[in-house]
Formats: sequence, C-alpha cells, structure tokens
Amino acid sequence: MEIQILELQYAIDTFYFLVMGALVMWMAAGFSMLEAGLVRSKNTAEILTKNIGLFAIACTMYMVYGYDLMYGGGVLLEGISGEGETYSNASDFYFQVVFVATAMSIVSGAVAERMKLFSFFAFAVIFTTVIYPLEGSWTWGGSDVFGIYNLGDFGFYDFAGSGIVHMAGAAAALAGVIILGPRKGKYDSDGNSLPLVGANLPLATLGTFILWMGWFGFNGGSVLAMASKESADAVAMVFVNTNAAAAGGVIAALALAKVWFGKADLTMALNGALAGLVAITAGPDTPSALVATLIGAVGGLIVVASIVCFDRELKIDDPVGAISVHGVVGLWGLLAVPLTNSDVSFGGQLVGAITIFVWVFVTSLLLWIGLKALMGIRVSDEEEEDGVDITECGLEAYPEFVTK
Amino acid sequence: MKMIMAVIQPKRLDSVRQALAEIDITGVTVTEVKGFGRQKGHTELYRGAEFVVDFLPKVKIEIALEAEKVDKVIDTIVEACKVNGGKIGDGKIFITNLEQVVRIRTGETGSVAL
Repeated sequence: MEIQILELQYAIDTFYFLVMGALVMWMAAGFSMLEAGLVRSKNTAEILTKNIGLFAIACTMYMVYGYDLMYGGGVLLEGISGEGETYSNASDFYFQVVFVATAMSIVSGAVAERMKLFSFFAFAVIFTTVIYPLEGSWTWGGSDVFGIYNLGDFGFYDFAGSGIVHMAGAAAALAGVIILGPRKGKYDSDGNSLPLVGANLPLATLGTFILWMGWFGFNGGSVLAMASKESADAVAMVFVNTNAAAAGGVIAALALAKVWFGKADLTMALNGALAGLVAITAGPDTPSALVATLIGAVGGLIVVASIVCFDRELKIDDPVGAISVHGVVGLWGLLAVPLTNSDVSFGGQLVGAITIFVWVFVTSLLLWIGLKALMGIRVSDEEEEDGVDITECGLEAYPEFVTK
Repeated sequence: MKMIMAVIQPKRLDSVRQALAEIDITGVTVTEVKGFGRQKGHTELYRGAEFVVDFLPKVKIEIALEAEKVDKVIDTIVEACKVNGGKIGDGKIFITNLEQVVRIRTGETGSVAL
C-alpha cells in the first residue's frame, strides 16, 4: 500500500513537471507573437524564423552539453535513465530545457530588425551550450563560481529565475545591442529618438497573454512538486502571486503612462504585465497576494521609466523593451525577495545579481565582438531599408497584393 | 500651375518629405502603389520554390504647385531618391499642366488655393 502511494506521488510529481514544462514551452509562442507584433511588417517573417530557430537550437545544445554543465547528467544525457528519486529525471531535463529557450528568446527581440539571422543563431549555440548553463550551475546547480566562492553561502535566492533566466537573457541582449547599434532611422541627426512603430498590436497583446499563461508553468513548476499537501499549497500560492504581480504591473504601467504621456499606452501596458511577472519570479512563494501585487506594480513603474531612459538618454535601441523588462526589472525582482523572505539578504542577492550579470554580459560582449569580426552581425544599410524578410528569408510575412 | 507626380521607392519617402519641407513645399499627397518598370519585379522564395513578384511596392507622391517652383522640386526629389549613384527602380517623375485648384473651405481658386 505504501509503495503504491509513493509510486502515485512519483507519477503525480512527474506529470506536474511535464505539464508545467509544456506551459513554459508555450512561452516561446508568446515571445514570437510579442516580437512579431512590435517589429515593422517588413521584418516579421525573419523574427518568426529567429524565434523558432533559436528554440530548436536551445533544446538541442542544452541536451548535447548544457544540462551536463549545469547539473551533471552526462553529455547527450547519457546519465539520464528516466528514473529519478521523487520524479522522473527525464522530466527534470524537460523542465530545464524550456527555461534555456526562454532566456535565449529574450535576446532575439532586443536585436530585432537589423541583425544577421545566422550570426544570431551562432550566438544562440554558445549561449545555450556554455554561457547560460555555467551561470545556472553556480545558482540552481549549487557549484562554486570558478572554485572561488559559492552563491549558496551568501544565501542567494532566485526561485524561478528573475536573475538566472531573465536578467541573464537581458545581459546578453544588452551586450548585443551595444555592439550592434541602433536601427537605421531610430535617431535623427540631433540624437532625438524617433518611434519605429510596431506593425501588429493585436499580435503583441496575444503574445503577452500567452506569456502570462506560460508563466504559471515557469513559476508554478518551479515548486518542483505537487503530490503532497504542502507542495499543493505552495503551488496554489505561487499561481495566485504570479497572477497578482502581472495584474499589478499592468495597472501601474498603464497609470504611469497615462499620467506621463497623457494617453493609455498599450505597449507600455503589455510591458507592464511582463515586468510584473519578471519581478515576482525570484520569490513568488513568500509574499501575500497584496504584496505580490505591489512587487509587480513597482516592476510596472520601473519598466516604463527604464524603457524611456534606455531609449532617449542612453540611446540603446531595444525594439521590444527586453532589456528593461527582463534586466532592470529582473534585478528588482531579486532585490525584492528579502522584503518577504527573512532567510534571504540584500547583500546575498546583490552578490548573485552581480555575478550573473558580469559573467553573462562580459562573455556575451566578447562573443558578439568575435562574431562581428568573423562573419559580421549586422545586415547592410540597404538590406535593412528593404527589410530583413526579403533579404534574409526571401519572402514577405504579409503579401497583401496577390495577383494569382 | 503644374502637377508633379513622382513614383519612388517607399524607403525614400521620409527623406523626400524632409527635403521638400526644407524648400517650403507645404502639401503633398502620398499613395501606396504597386508597379514595375525596367526593374521588372524581384524573386522571392516560398517553400523552396523561387517565384517572381512582378509588382513591387512603390510610393506615389502628388504635388500641386506654381510653375516656377517645378525645377527646384524636381531637383530635390531626384537628389533625395538617387542614393549611391542611382539604381534601376529608383522611380520616375511626371509633370503635367494643372488647370484649376479650388480650396473647399473658402472657395478660393487658382494659385492662392495651392
């Protein structure tokens, strides 16, 4: 009888892991739609190609070596037999691999409309094989940082990856945008920022809702168990807080945009939802629903200010706001954990954030510079003007004038 | 009075608009059009198959103006559209006589209505 109950527990936890993993996989669709909506129509097919390509590269490279580097388990998953202790260890790989793809997806939006497709894919190979997994090994994997110190000793805590996944993706994106430069026509000769308006806001909104839904898997699945009263309670609380933070992010971003710009700015509301979600990801387990709403709301305020600051002051051209949403708010998410979790300190969170950022940013910067020297990372001016759909993919996403 | 109609590359519209503003052209009508000239379309790729797209996206600009401004405007448009020495597909400019102009709001006619 007891064995049967244990087996049932094992089955439920494994099932839970797989379903949550599938929800996280669905976030790839969310990123695709969000990015496709926020680029100009002449760059739509390319960004979609980039999104499905990077997802496949992330899945493959993490299987080949990334998972081994992060958690052990052998090159090409040799060590994974399927059977684990409390859940199937193949389900653990599945849940982890979709996180890598999420981190990589963050980069694609920031470098949209001007990067060479295959240079981006080359970056994705290295990022998902080494850069992300090594940083993951120091955090969730529990290894020492180059044998020098261990983030666990500092009490670093990142529940589902505000820092480990989101800020890491944003750090790689920031390095890419710095090397790549702004899109043509983004800044006039006086350095004023000009809007390059997204082509399809319904798609961007759909993408945001898909991400919001996928996030229940991202955070909810990170409880890593379901088949006990305690874990079921924890999962329910994480779901409630994840949802609350996203709602708080929308309200705050929308309100700030209305006061600041005078209009209800849809794309800021969308970014506000994602900011709320990123903000709560580091610690959705400890706050009350009200506090989670507030953490998300602060994220929503930060993201609006951050997007404007990057765009107008720093001249960092990020078409979808990924660096602000995932990077700046990811840092806020990490620093918000000690507010509700007494086991976690600001100092430890700061050490973890700096470790992750410096590693990912510096290695990404070197990699982008290397790729630029080796194969070039930016399309020509003329290709950029014509749109990368025609020049990289050879087709248009919206062929509106069809004669046959 | 003359009517200038220019068919140009869509990506040049922004610089044309700016250049026209600099020489005090106050009104322009713009239409998205499709067409081909000597450029003869381009090839695209769909599911592995190449095919020719005969009609390329262009932008048509229409400007009604006094006859003495025509040369200046033509030079401006040519300069704004002919980038890197010019290429097939950069477009054409057509000039016709304009018989009458009426401003709907006031009923003014002739060059004051321009």
